[in-house]
Amino acid sequence: MNKDKQIILKAENLVKYYYEPVKFQALKSISFKVYEGEFLSVVGKSGCGKTTMMYILSTMDTDYEGELFISGEKVTGKKSDYLADIRNKHIGFVFQFHYLLPEFTCLKNVMIPALKLNKYSYEEVEQRAYEKLELLGIKEQAHKQASKISGGQQQRVAIARALINDPKIIMCDEPTGNLDSKNTNIVIDIFRKLATDYGQTIIAVTHDKDFSDKSTRTMEMKDGEILSHGW
Amino acid sequence: MKFNVNTDIALTHLLTRKKQTVIASMGVTVGIGIFIFMISLVVGFNKDSDESIFKSVPHLRIYQEDEICQPLIPKEETSLLPIIINPKISNLSNTLINPDKIISDLKSQKDVVNVTRQISVNIFYNNGKSQINGIASGVDIIEANNMFDIKSTMLAGDIKDLQSNPNGIILGVGIADKLNIRVNDYISIISSIGVGKVLKVVGIFKTSNSSIDDTKSYINLAVAQQLLKQSSSYVTDIYVNITNPDNAPAYSEKFSALTGYKAEDWQSANESTMAKKQTRKVMFGSISFAILLVAAFGIYNIINMTINEKMNDIAILKATGFSGKDVMNIFIKETLIIGITGTIFGLLVATVLIHFLSKVYIGGDVGYFPIDFEKNVYISGAIIGMFITLAAGFIPARNAAKVDPIEIFKR
Repeated sequence: MNKDKQIILKAENLVKYYYEPVKFQALKSISFKVYEGEFLSVVGKSGCGKTTMMYILSTMDTDYEGELFISGEKVTGKKSDYLADIRNKHIGFVFQFHYLLPEFTCLKNVMIPALKLNKYSYEEVEQRAYEKLELLGIKEQAHKQASKISGGQQQRVAIARALINDPKIIMCDEPTGNLDSKNTNIVIDIFRKLATDYGQTIIAVTHDKDFSDKSTRTMEMKDGEILSHGW
Repeated sequence: MKFNVNTDIALTHLLTRKKQTVIASMGVTVGIGIFIFMISLVVGFNKDSDESIFKSVPHLRIYQEDEICQPLIPKEETSLLPIIINPKISNLSNTLINPDKIISDLKSQKDVVNVTRQISVNIFYNNGKSQINGIASGVDIIEANNMFDIKSTMLAGDIKDLQSNPNGIILGVGIADKLNIRVNDYISIISSIGVGKVLKVVGIFKTSNSSIDDTKSYINLAVAQQLLKQSSSYVTDIYVNITNPDNAPAYSEKFSALTGYKAEDWQSANESTMAKKQTRKVMFGSISFAILLVAAFGIYNIINMTINEKMNDIAILKATGFSGKDVMNIFIKETLIIGITGTIFGLLVATVLIHFLSKVYIGGDVGYFPIDFEKNVYISGAIIGMFITLAAGFIPARNAAKVDPIEIFKR
């Protein structure tokens, strides 16, 4: 499926070793492609290398073998400041443990990556941040401090933050791990909509069966290898 | 609030941790405050001691140096017969030849403020049986006043009376007291070569420096020349003041070459005072530098702590596209803000301290405590303060820039 579409992300022979506490091969030559507008979920047992792979795909981890292409551009071996720029413009993140900046309001948390991008004026960024929060149903929490809202709300703020720069790729590590089924469904719907309507690509590591069932493709991993690409 | 996003984050960090921010700034405040205060103390004190020196010493003094005669036959190998020689001072007279020419030459020099001639005469002051020895300075009193501000030290009489009365004398207060002499009394003096004169006391001065007050007097040039049985062209010293006394050593050589006589700068004439001055500078400088250093460690500590607590935030910022430079920028800004506020308050603290100390009365020839607001001290204090804060913040900020977000997320 989707063979006619653009390849947005391509991994070739990714190999990753951990040296602490003992040498351990976390990824064993992983190669795969992700097309534009895909809603890809990555499943597998804990310790199968999902998160390790996500960190490499996110360009934050640069200590690996193999090659990684994003939008056709080879990012392997690029300078860290350049990679930071790519992350800012093209990649949105949702982390497993939400990771907001606790001293800032939810609104500010959402705004910060956009302020960094410096593409829109402050007012426009604020407006867009409100829209994203509204999309996730937490507009009322906008002016609360990020550390003072519930875990589920924090997670949704983190998702809103991931969306703020309209990234080509949204990467999530257990995006619905803290959400009840109602909010899980909201998030899944949003992701589907982003993929189909806006052509954004979602790559999500998940344990949630509901989540992976509703994605357009499910890639399964085991012991640092891809078991099935889910084509 | 529409700051640059890095500034925004830095401000939020500081404002949500007000207590630590205040403590860090206070470290800088105390450091800078004490630093400026201490240096002002030294500068004020040095200035005061310089001023008291310049009440009797010119910036440069031009005189004929005594020369020791050399044997006509140069001393050769020791194996030869020893020639007994008895070297003596060979100067026939210590007068400066053609002083008018020297004075006009000096006056045409750049940076020369005042030039005046002087004849020093060793004399005895007599009144009845009591006798005090001392030095009379033969001066043109108006020129001498321009140089040493004699007027401000006058207890009684007027310096102009010396000019109008050729046989007048202005006495140091110590001499006047010991000889029980008042203004308008007569005093008999005898020079070292035995010439005696009776002079009318037209004024009494007090410098609060007893070695001067107990020995010195001012007389007219002509009287001094008479006391030494010399002609009216006889002058032993020419005093020169320049715009900046600190530069005197540089002019010493220049004026020596110009006049053909020795030009001694006041620094070499007052070596022990200069050494004390230097000692004070180093002492207070190192104490205040130590205080600044402690303040710097305080800042280093607090920024380091902030960064350790903010590891998560740094990781998130990096993940969402902030580069190492941005992270460094954020923490450098935090130190800058701490440094600037600390420095500003430090300047205020120093100002208050200096203000209070300058109101403290010491007495003696010092009067009020010699401390003053020195622009240069403030500027250098502020610069050093900012520099030390920045240096203290730079190391932790650079470490923050190197944080690997993956390491943090995996915890």
